[in-house]
Amino acid sequence: MRVMAQMAMVMNLDKCIGCHTCSVTCKQAWTNRSGTEYVWFNNVETRPGQGYPRTYEDQETWKGGWELNSRGRLKLKGGGRLKKLFTIFSNPIMPSIQDYYEPWTYDYSTLTDAPAQEHTPVAKPKSLLSGDDMKIEWSANWDDNLGGSAATEKHDPMLKKIADKVKFEFEQTFMFYLPRICEHCLNPSCAASCPSGAIYKRSEDGIVLVDQDRCRGWRMCVSGCPYKKVYFNHRTGKAEKCTFCFPRIEVGMPTVCSETCVGRLRYIGLMLYDADKVLEAASAPDDHDLYEAQRSVFLDPNDPEVVREAERAGIPHDWVQAAQRSPIHALINKYKVALPLHPEYRTMPMVWYIPPLSPVIDVVRDTGEDAEDTGNLFAAIDALRIPIEYLAELFTAGDVAPVDRVLKKMAAMRSYMRDINMGREPDASIPAAVGMGEEEMYDMYRLLAIAKYDERYVIPPAHSEQAHSLEELATECSLDYDGGPGMGGSGPFGEGSGALTPIAVENFQMLQNRQTADTMASPHDKGGRVNLLNWDGKGAPSGLFPPKSAGPEPVGQASTPDTSHDGATGPGGTGGLTGGADYK
Amino acid sequence: MSQFLWVVFPYICLTTFVVGHFWRYRYDKFGWTTRSSQLYEDRLLRIGSPLFHFGILAVFLGHVMGLGVPKSWTEAVGISEGLYHFMAVSIGAFAGFATLVGMAILIYRRRTNGPVFSATTKMDKAMYLVLATVIVLGLVNTVIANIIGHYDYREGVSVWFRGIFFFDLHPELMAEAPLGFQLHGLTAMFLFALWPFTRLVHVFSAPVGYLTRPYIVYRSRDYQELGSHRPRRGWERINR
Repeated sequence: MRVMAQMAMVMNLDKCIGCHTCSVTCKQAWTNRSGTEYVWFNNVETRPGQGYPRTYEDQETWKGGWELNSRGRLKLKGGGRLKKLFTIFSNPIMPSIQDYYEPWTYDYSTLTDAPAQEHTPVAKPKSLLSGDDMKIEWSANWDDNLGGSAATEKHDPMLKKIADKVKFEFEQTFMFYLPRICEHCLNPSCAASCPSGAIYKRSEDGIVLVDQDRCRGWRMCVSGCPYKKVYFNHRTGKAEKCTFCFPRIEVGMPTVCSETCVGRLRYIGLMLYDADKVLEAASAPDDHDLYEAQRSVFLDPNDPEVVREAERAGIPHDWVQAAQRSPIHALINKYKVALPLHPEYRTMPMVWYIPPLSPVIDVVRDTGEDAEDTGNLFAAIDALRIPIEYLAELFTAGDVAPVDRVLKKMAAMRSYMRDINMGREPDASIPAAVGMGEEEMYDMYRLLAIAKYDERYVIPPAHSEQAHSLEELATECSLDYDGGPGMGGSGPFGEGSGALTPIAVENFQMLQNRQTADTMASPHDKGGRVNLLNWDGKGAPSGLFPPKSAGPEPVGQASTPDTSHDGATGPGGTGGLTGGADYK
Repeated sequence: MSQFLWVVFPYICLTTFVVGHFWRYRYDKFGWTTRSSQLYEDRLLRIGSPLFHFGILAVFLGHVMGLGVPKSWTEAVGISEGLYHFMAVSIGAFAGFATLVGMAILIYRRRTNGPVFSATTKMDKAMYLVLATVIVLGLVNTVIANIIGHYDYREGVSVWFRGIFFFDLHPELMAEAPLGFQLHGLTAMFLFALWPFTRLVHVFSAPVGYLTRPYIVYRSRDYQELGSHRPRRGWERINR
């Protein structure tokens, strides 16, 4: 047994309203630079739909992930080492920018410079790649909310597999959202595809990262990842991917996408797993066994022997404790309601999903029946084969039984809790019908529905004793775009060459202190200086605005009368947004 | 003049080549990449890039044979003058032609494809110019000098080139060489000087280690090297 710890995520899809807040905040934090316009470390897809990049799930075309060879051993679907080196000059299975979308901006100056005219001037879209006029035809969320799905739905690779049964029926019955980040797999095929060895898995927390100094831009990781979550920065010529916000995770804070999720649907915690069993599990002969195989790799953190082995492997005790409290462990192995995304890619993904029950509930409610009655819901789950089969294509390689079980548990929880909320006698037969106890069901309800912050995110801080003064560089300074305030600018060898501009993890550490502080404004000992980078908008910390004089002074006694009409200047004014410039 | 062109200038260029790479690696590891433009355009690249790269690899091996291996050695293993020339000219012309066609496709693509062209730096343009000159001159030498002129570069250019590395200087051999060989030599030296400051540095990161390393790389958070970059000189941590 070789115990390793893995930081993992579970998303409860029932709660996702498809607002894209996660995508936008992630983009603001990590990929708002030139070269990464089309890069969405986090994106939200409407399912059924093509996904981003288009039809990425069709591995017969893109050849991402692993497959079994004729001897039953794992091999890269895109070809082995020699084939990779022979195709290095032109990667035959790499998506082009057209499979993502051509990023654009607008010619805004035509709006501001336009002379007076009868018709409103229009800002034309300009390609961010060539600077030419362009026609916008696709983007990361073109088929949001099934928009245009009549024309594009036939391209959904998952739908193709169950196509003969579907057609229009599904369109009337269900739709849901699928937020996606990098899976931080236990058996990452992007890392295996990297000729330079620049992609690595951190042995402490299993986060998969690209070493920007070692990446040489061979692009094999882009095609190696079946989820297409490694992107090529077309300006710097380097691969970039979701970092699981490791500078935040290291100080015990959740990722940006989780922190800002309005539906509070994301859970983060540790999983302990046996690294020696990963390869065997990923080589399970039948695709349908992969879900169970991956579950069997995980270790029970409450098992004394596992705790002993973990300590022998150098995992700190507070990490083991965090693994015991981990919501991920509870959802995957205790309640067994979370399922992996596309286990058939054999990468052992570590961002799991609780499949949505809402499509089923919607159908029952539309029929006028009681949509929270177990009997009705169970019957509907059995009857609504098409949504269930679709979910199974996503989460269990097409095996409907586990999806069935999960949805029935969720349905049972709804019914059971309704009785309690209505003040009726709880019906113990409901949890029993899905093989759960009453206590257990209530605990699951608490984790899924109440979902307290501390229960959703159990993140032990990284164990570098110097974490408080870590100088960390994430991927790059997000202000460091052309002419931007970061002003890293371009070295003589093209975008981003030359020395680096570090951002300090201290910022994250301070943000963490701020968020957990008792005071509304900044901590008292920081008086007078405000770090706008981690000011979260709560209150107005001292030093942010010039000090007000002690209230409105009595008329006639003002030593320097405020002569301006708006009263925004001079002592006694409310101060303008002038920063600290007129601080006295 | 002959001393400058065939002794001083080569040493300046080769020194720049070595020191330049060292400096570039220290100063700009992040910029050390192929700067691939495959994301923008795929159709032409799929033909041009392998043609050029495999061609230039063959050309490189040819130069190792022609410049690096003394004539006496090949004769010692029984390769006659005629056979050697036949092989050099035929394989060289074939590889050189593939390289040239590939390069033409790539330059055409770079010029006509909007996104690719706007991603081209000044250094790229200078490098393309010099590289193309070197390749064209080399091909001209292979075809013309070997077929029409009968200049035996293995008695001339090769001896001079090897001499540079052993401080056994023979500028007079180059001064006597045909103009085509002289120009090819000079532009090639200039290309070496330019090399470390262009995207050509990616040649030195050819990923041969991929064949032997394990598929999945595990790395610890390095407390010495806390970021993904090594701290700059003078900014190392002191408490460890």
